[in-house]
Amino acid sequence: MSGSVVGNEHLSDHAARDLASKRIIVGYGFWIFLLSDIVMFSAFFAAYAVLAGETAGGPSGHDLFDLTNVAIETVCLLLSSFTCGVASIGSRAHNAAMYYGGMAATFLFGATFLLLEIHEFVGMLEEGAGPTRSAFLSAFFTLVGCHGLHVTLGLLWLLTMMAQVFAKGFRADILRRVLCFSLFWHTLDIIWVALFTVVYLMGAGG
Amino acid sequence: MFGKLSWAAVPLDQPIPMIASGLVVFAIVGIFAFVTLKGWLPYLWRDWITSVDHKRIGVMYVLLAMVMLLRGFTDAIMMRSQQALAYKGPGFLPPEHYDQIFSAHGTLMIFFVGMPFVIGLMNLIVPLQLGARDVAFPTLNSASFWLTATGALLVNISLVVGEFARTGWLPYPPLSEITYSPGVGVDYYLWALQIAGVGSLLSGVNLVTTVLKIHAPGMTYMRMPMFCWTTLASNLLIVAAFPILTATLAMLLLDRYLGFHFFTNAAGGNVMMFMNLIWAWGHPEVYILILPAFGVFSEIVSTFSGKPLFGYRSMVLATMAICILAFMVWLHHFFTMGAGADVNAVFGIATMIIAVPTGVKVFNWIFTMYGGQVVFATPMLWSIGFMVTFVIGGMTGVLLAVPPADFVLHNSLFLVAHFHNVIIGGVVFGGFAGYSYWFPKAFGFRLHEGLGKAAFWCWLVGFYLAFMPLYVLGFMGMTRRMQHYDVPAWHPWLLLAAAGAVVILVGVVFQVAQLAVSIRRRAELRDTTGDPWNGRSLEWSTASPPPPFNFGVLPHIEGGDAYWEIKQRACRQATPDDEPAYQDIEMPRNSPTGVICAFFATFAGFALVWHIWWMVAAAALGAFATFVVFAWRDRAEDVIPAAEVARIDRANRSARASA
Repeated sequence: MSGSVVGNEHLSDHAARDLASKRIIVGYGFWIFLLSDIVMFSAFFAAYAVLAGETAGGPSGHDLFDLTNVAIETVCLLLSSFTCGVASIGSRAHNAAMYYGGMAATFLFGATFLLLEIHEFVGMLEEGAGPTRSAFLSAFFTLVGCHGLHVTLGLLWLLTMMAQVFAKGFRADILRRVLCFSLFWHTLDIIWVALFTVVYLMGAGG
Repeated sequence: MFGKLSWAAVPLDQPIPMIASGLVVFAIVGIFAFVTLKGWLPYLWRDWITSVDHKRIGVMYVLLAMVMLLRGFTDAIMMRSQQALAYKGPGFLPPEHYDQIFSAHGTLMIFFVGMPFVIGLMNLIVPLQLGARDVAFPTLNSASFWLTATGALLVNISLVVGEFARTGWLPYPPLSEITYSPGVGVDYYLWALQIAGVGSLLSGVNLVTTVLKIHAPGMTYMRMPMFCWTTLASNLLIVAAFPILTATLAMLLLDRYLGFHFFTNAAGGNVMMFMNLIWAWGHPEVYILILPAFGVFSEIVSTFSGKPLFGYRSMVLATMAICILAFMVWLHHFFTMGAGADVNAVFGIATMIIAVPTGVKVFNWIFTMYGGQVVFATPMLWSIGFMVTFVIGGMTGVLLAVPPADFVLHNSLFLVAHFHNVIIGGVVFGGFAGYSYWFPKAFGFRLHEGLGKAAFWCWLVGFYLAFMPLYVLGFMGMTRRMQHYDVPAWHPWLLLAAAGAVVILVGVVFQVAQLAVSIRRRAELRDTTGDPWNGRSLEWSTASPPPPFNFGVLPHIEGGDAYWEIKQRACRQATPDDEPAYQDIEMPRNSPTGVICAFFATFAGFALVWHIWWMVAAAALGAFATFVVFAWRDRAEDVIPAAEVARIDRANRSARASA
């Protein structure tokens, strides 16, 4: 049986090739989770595409969407992705100022985005264009609201990660979580790009 | 204070649910009292409930599946007896109760028997076959299991408090909308599945990452046992399909709770969108269940024929082809929607194409047996029973894939017969095959062979008696889900089907007896070598039951059928090999995070069903706090010292050397 089972010191170079590091495994697994999240969004996108024309005599996207507001939201979210990138570089360099600064900026941009979105939703509700008005608005509020819910949870996670680094420092397991958080935050950006195009640009034009 | 919940929710006036739930509560209290009196609670808490060991979690999954199988099977017996008795009469079950029973039967059997059974077997075996110490995310694994258990608990709570859905196992709108189903039944269904669905999704993420990233050195993809490949395919499907289910059920929830218009008749809602979305998940789901079963059969047929699996590469290819094709056929579940002849033709042909890779698999198993020294042990009997039964079910499936035939047969008992033919003949037989095959690995002793064979024959004969009549009844025009009927020609066939269910019941009794007898005679059934079947893959190279760290030192893989190669080499050398250099092993610490999350999820689900909003908020806060506490811990791993590893592994090596 010798040669088939070998001690760890013999296989160290094998192991280096074959056994993935924890960082790789965690990042990989989280990517797969994110892909599943994107699949969930695609189901909401599909529902929106089917129902986009079903206004039931109520307002359409053309009547409701304010592209200026949406443009500011988009800028906020894109900038927050940049600052999130800064924070993750800071975390890897163990640079506390860069990390906290980047995270705080990300939080501010994210929160601004969220406030603008809530402002938009409240305005629509006041006009009587709430989700119960028509199938189109049901699909709109669900799709955009699901993204907004993700941003909300992201902000909660962000604060938790700031507190974690504050309490525990740049420990390896904390850094893996920061990696997952930044992947999550960038994914929300990607989804927003699709949302911005399919819902707002195509909706306001039609 | 308690939302819609009041004492009126407890069906005190209905004897059948009250007696059933009384028995269940009595059993639970009895077991709990017994465990407490014996002083086993600390042990159960420490070594099982909070365990993050993939083997223990796998065992708990399978246990959950088996308990829920008993519940689902009780529903089946009630339905068969109702239809046997309700000829020109009301039978013993009123319609609203009968509707709940067939809905609960389907929901339980798919989500809380099929899913936990296959996920349990994958959890138990895949890391061992890969030569890994655990899955990629052990604590997440525990959370997945407990969330699944939460879903099962909610479905069973609905028996006592309130009611279950009357909409069938998939709640088609507009019937499932609040207008037509104002009760809490559909809400129980929806929240149970949302919570269990999160568990399934996380378990899918976990197992995909495990198979793709965590191997012993040298265990390349094309050296992985077939079961690992089917696990990969099945979990890829989970990751890609379950989010669609989550989204679809979320839309129905929004319709019901907040007055949205996704699937309503009014305000532009689209009912057929529900059918499309739910089957975009639902069709992959049947492959999520059957692919792991295919993997189990591949392992068993190869082991009990004493040969490597025939056509390993074609088997891998067929598995991955099914994985992709699974997403391209959903429309065959509603050919009668009226999508038009062209669309129906495309989906009909796509459906028939799936029969090709499946056929490849069947021939591969047959060729594996050809020329081998086939040993007809219980796992092998289940496998052969599967091959015959599943081929019949597959052929009736191809028949249903012909759209004109489907227009005649859809929603008839022919359909019911078909999917039971593939699910019982495939998934259930696969589960039992895996259970009897890997039981000695999990517990260190074998199951009683005689009782196992008796159970198999009862199940096989009972299955044909119970379901072949349903094919005939389908041709005679009997639709599914009928509470009573007055066609004389149907009655004898339904009596025959009821007799079949009784034969299966005898099989179930044999299985319970088998477990009890095997536990009592465990000394004589002891598996001392860790390799009771002369196995071929790595799970047989370690002790039964395996130590927490699975392998004293990670094996180094040099080919397919890894353990068979190792044994062959040992025989050629005829000298015991040198003892390896043991090192300290870090293993993840047990954690109550999973079970505490599920505790809060149970309250959240129950509160959402009954609109108790403060309890929802409290439970959400509790779950978040649990996560934070988990994230704050400083030690994630315990070290098992090298001396301890050596002591445990030496026992395994000496047992093997003397064998």
